Amino acid sequence: MSFISAQNLDLTFPTKDAPVHALKGVNLNIDRGDFVSFIGPSGCGKTTLLRCIAALETPTGGSLRVNGMTPDEARRSRAYGYVFQAAGLYPWRTIEKNIRLPLEIMGFEKARMQKRIDEVLELVELSGFGKKYPWQLSGGMQQRASIARALAFDADLLLMDEPFGALDEIVRDRLNEEMLRIWAETQKTIVFVTHSIPEAVYLSTKIVVMSPRPGRITDIIESPLPKERPLDIRDSPEFIEIAHRVRDGLRAGHEA
Amino acid sequence: MKNIFPVLTVLLAIVAIWYLGAVWMNAAWTYDQAARAGENVSFSHLLSDTMNQKRPVLPTPHQVWAELDKGIFDRKVTSKRSLVYHGWITLETTLWGFVLGILMGVGLAVAITYSRVMELSVMPWAIISQTIPIVALAPMIVVLSNQIGVQDIRFPKAMIAAYLSFFPVLVSMVKGLNSPDHMQVDLMHTYSATDAQSFWKLRLPASMPYFFASLKVAIAASLVGTIVGELPTGATSGLGARMLIGSQFGQPMQMWAALFAAAILAGLLIISVAALEKGVTRIMGAQA
Repeated sequence: MSFISAQNLDLTFPTKDAPVHALKGVNLNIDRGDFVSFIGPSGCGKTTLLRCIAALETPTGGSLRVNGMTPDEARRSRAYGYVFQAAGLYPWRTIEKNIRLPLEIMGFEKARMQKRIDEVLELVELSGFGKKYPWQLSGGMQQRASIARALAFDADLLLMDEPFGALDEIVRDRLNEEMLRIWAETQKTIVFVTHSIPEAVYLSTKIVVMSPRPGRITDIIESPLPKERPLDIRDSPEFIEIAHRVRDGLRAGHEA
Repeated sequence: MKNIFPVLTVLLAIVAIWYLGAVWMNAAWTYDQAARAGENVSFSHLLSDTMNQKRPVLPTPHQVWAELDKGIFDRKVTSKRSLVYHGWITLETTLWGFVLGILMGVGLAVAITYSRVMELSVMPWAIISQTIPIVALAPMIVVLSNQIGVQDIRFPKAMIAAYLSFFPVLVSMVKGLNSPDHMQVDLMHTYSATDAQSFWKLRLPASMPYFFASLKVAIAASLVGTIVGELPTGATSGLGARMLIGSQFGQPMQMWAALFAAAILAGLLIISVAALEKGVTRIMGAQA
């Protein structure tokens, strides 16, 4: 059975004029251990779909199961960590204390807290920066700290909403490589929202192409790329072929 | 230290204008006295006389300074004529009013943040409360507190001080507690945090800059409230009472000295609040 499954999912926001169909007839299955990207232009509902999985939005129709539970039950059982577009670290807490935040809320034991903090700091290569305040770190390091925060309580699922959208290309490449390493080391299931074609193709085992008005899925691509992906895989014919298919999917959705 | 020159320049200008004003305002009395004695007034006589009258219309800086010096340093602090004694009476009430005002302000702000009903019902009254002149309200508060059997004059004075100081705290805290953005609130939601956890770990720390900004206004309002509370209430001690007595018994120096003592007290209080703020923001990791 799929880890996450959506059947005929609808989400309509009522507005003063006409109701907005943020999601319409979305069918999707995500397996455990997948790295799935949602890609599409703004307004295609990719972030909305992610927020539905996180139970930050409630669908108005269809069914959505996360690890066999409703999204709300999944959230309450702390099934996922969420990384936002901006790092959103609390400026009054050190990096270490920021990572501690979910652990405090979830009532971890003191000794275990410190162990987890050290582990995730090492995982995102921020060991030694624990005592710094967020303003003392660069944008890329802050986003890494926020990934560490999402990984701290070791949920099986990691939801990421355009986490590198605000970073420059070079930092972004670096963090993409690190994401693959983190994914391989932790064996998490990752759902990743992006509007960058190379990022989606480089990272994903499954690429979900979406289009707007109404927000829907136009193509789902199972990537044939191997799990081990050096950065220069982006120049390989396979990579370019997938990127091409994604671009076609985006264009088709746009013309429809 | 490089700021000291502009500050000194302004201070010198004020003192100079003050002296000129004293000569101008007190000259009438000097001429009057001279006319009675049938003397002419020379310029040097005019200067020396206007600056050293016993009951001037406007006392000069050195006269006020002498009175302040006498009131603060020369008299025993337990003396009824010591400004330290009166200052302490006022300070004590100011601090009580300040603490009460903070408790009321923060308490109401929390209630308003978490309850729509409180927001709709409390906020308009809080605003209306500040439109009533405190000098009109102060005697009523004194009478009422006497009526309910509270004999201690400090109680109504502290109530008046709190009445003025709760409002800036309330307004700032409502804003501060609502200052976390959507993302920060959503983050708490993804952790399934309880309302109490969101409050202690997110809303309260996020409101601290707003809180301290309001404290500076509140401490000044509390001091003003206390002094106003001392004016019409028949209080015999406190800087407000000192000012009133000075004016009623034609002791301008005493009045001005009390006024300056109040200003010095206000300055010290604001410096203390600023120091507290600095300490707390340092603990909260502000940029150095």
